[in-house]
Amino acid sequence: MAQEYKLILKYADEPGYSRDIECYLRHGGYNDLKKALALQPKDLPDGKKLSGPEQIREDVKISGLRGRGGAGFSCGLKWSFVDRKSGKPIYLICNADESEPGTFKDRQIMYKDPHQLIEGMAISCFANDVHLAYIYIRGEMVDGAKILNEALKEARAKGFLGKNICGSGYDLEMHVHRGAGAYICGEETGLIESLEGKRPYPRIKPPYFPAVLGLWMCPTIVNNVETLCNVKHIVAMGGAEFAKLGTPNNTGTRIVSLSGHVKKPGYYEIETGKATIGELINDPKFGGGLRDGRKLKAVIPGGSSAKVFKAGEKFKLKKKDAEGKEILVETDMLDLPYDFDSLAAAGSMSGSSAIIVMDDSTDIVEALANLSEFYAHESCGQCTPCREGSLWMSKTLHRLTHGEGRASDADYLVKIADNIPGGRTICAFGEACSWPVQSFVAKFKDEFVAKGAADEARRAKDISAPAETKHLEAAHH
Amino acid sequence: MSFQATPELEAEVNELITHYPVKRAASLMVLHAIQEKFGWISSEAVQWTAKKLELQPINVFEILTFYPMLRQQPMGKYQIKVCRTLSCALGGAYELHKHFCDKLGLDAHKHGAQTTKDGKFTVEFVECLASCGTAPVMMVGDNFYEGVSHKKADEIVGGCK
Repeated sequence: MAQEYKLILKYADEPGYSRDIECYLRHGGYNDLKKALALQPKDLPDGKKLSGPEQIREDVKISGLRGRGGAGFSCGLKWSFVDRKSGKPIYLICNADESEPGTFKDRQIMYKDPHQLIEGMAISCFANDVHLAYIYIRGEMVDGAKILNEALKEARAKGFLGKNICGSGYDLEMHVHRGAGAYICGEETGLIESLEGKRPYPRIKPPYFPAVLGLWMCPTIVNNVETLCNVKHIVAMGGAEFAKLGTPNNTGTRIVSLSGHVKKPGYYEIETGKATIGELINDPKFGGGLRDGRKLKAVIPGGSSAKVFKAGEKFKLKKKDAEGKEILVETDMLDLPYDFDSLAAAGSMSGSSAIIVMDDSTDIVEALANLSEFYAHESCGQCTPCREGSLWMSKTLHRLTHGEGRASDADYLVKIADNIPGGRTICAFGEACSWPVQSFVAKFKDEFVAKGAADEARRAKDISAPAETKHLEAAHH
Repeated sequence: MSFQATPELEAEVNELITHYPVKRAASLMVLHAIQEKFGWISSEAVQWTAKKLELQPINVFEILTFYPMLRQQPMGKYQIKVCRTLSCALGGAYELHKHFCDKLGLDAHKHGAQTTKDGKFTVEFVECLASCGTAPVMMVGDNFYEGVSHKKADEIVGGCK
């Protein structure tokens, strides 16, 4: 049976646990930073030496840690791209711009256990020879910024930040930088532009890969809050042990944000892939099922940009049989293990691990209209297909939800959505705004068509002779 | 309206500038500091920021016009921001927004931020506030409220003196 597994949120909700440094220290806080700083060079069989920071980087690779922000990219690999020979300083930025609709996991960490993030960041900075780091927190988290600033102050006072940390000779400074309500700042190159004091227009890649040409054109690492916390636990238990958590290629834990029509919305930390979507929604330990008398209609499995699943949808997933031969197994949407690879195989993604549940009371056209309005509002406006396309889709959905729709709107929406992503835009926002439209319309097409057709029929009936005559008379006068 | 930087603001901004190797990077934080003290960012404040950070005013103005949180005109004393994105919408955000508008004599169908005639309240929809598990959520100024029923909404408004 699936259950919670608390690694990152081990203490956060424990009665009596507070966010001050004294409490953190009582729970073994900053021991992993001390351990990291004290790592001795290791001799390799080929006669080479591996420095402490190199050992941590190696361990992160072994751990299989994948980014928790949305893309699920290997953290070890991301770090390996960093240009360490440029002679320029290397920067690290914690992406705390948690804005993907449905997601509220980083909020829990920062508000309840800020020192865990600072320790994870300090270790990651040490491992990458970083001496200046930033926490880019979304502007609306006003208290979060205050909490982090207070925690940084405490850490400085205790010598875990600043000059010569814990007598190791290593210097590190860290600052909080606040966003101001723009979703696009979660895109790492947009975030970098924003931190530089500009409009957060994402940069084109190549050449502007942050690992080479990031903040102030210096090598830069941008990692999500939860990802950076995981680094602390990798140092604590070793990369190989960490890799035993979760499932192969989907290691560690994930904090799942569960919202929408379930009895118990909330955040649940699980071993990656050790619970299914169905268990997360229905198990009393997690969502506790739908509201009474309601049936499941749709699930968005990985934040609003992820392609929607329809209740009852089946997928053919590759599995190994008893003899180790690969076979295709038909799997219901609810039986998909909640991990990166299974959801990708089912044509969607676990993204920022946010599940939005919709029951049969949901008007699916309204739901998509809501999301499209979000994307239309948040497109940065740099690339024409995205700027115009996202607004165009939103306007079409607006008319469809305000009695002005057409039966052909379903096809029209898909036509627009198909022409935004796929290399036509600088960043992945083009994909993010198109995927919901493509998937909602493909899977619930009858509802979109029916709504448009009903509008057309009603309008045809409304054009009654007297009104028309009056209209014509008015025109004549 | 004239803008006069107080010694406190000057000190705060000087401190913020030390956080970055390049002054321009402080601009968003400086605008936050100004808005916190004055409630909005006037063109005089933009000029002052530009001078302080050794920038052209357009460099500051272009970020002021981009970020939704930054205000180019005075707003109500109490700014009510209701999250409108999907999870909150499923949890009754539109009804909550309408409740505030009806209560305060504003038009729920109007686009954008609306301020009451007496300048006391501004009501607006904002995008996802990252607390979808406790929908519907909202903010009043810097304060965050979750699981807001209409009764709770009335109490919140009642608490704004």
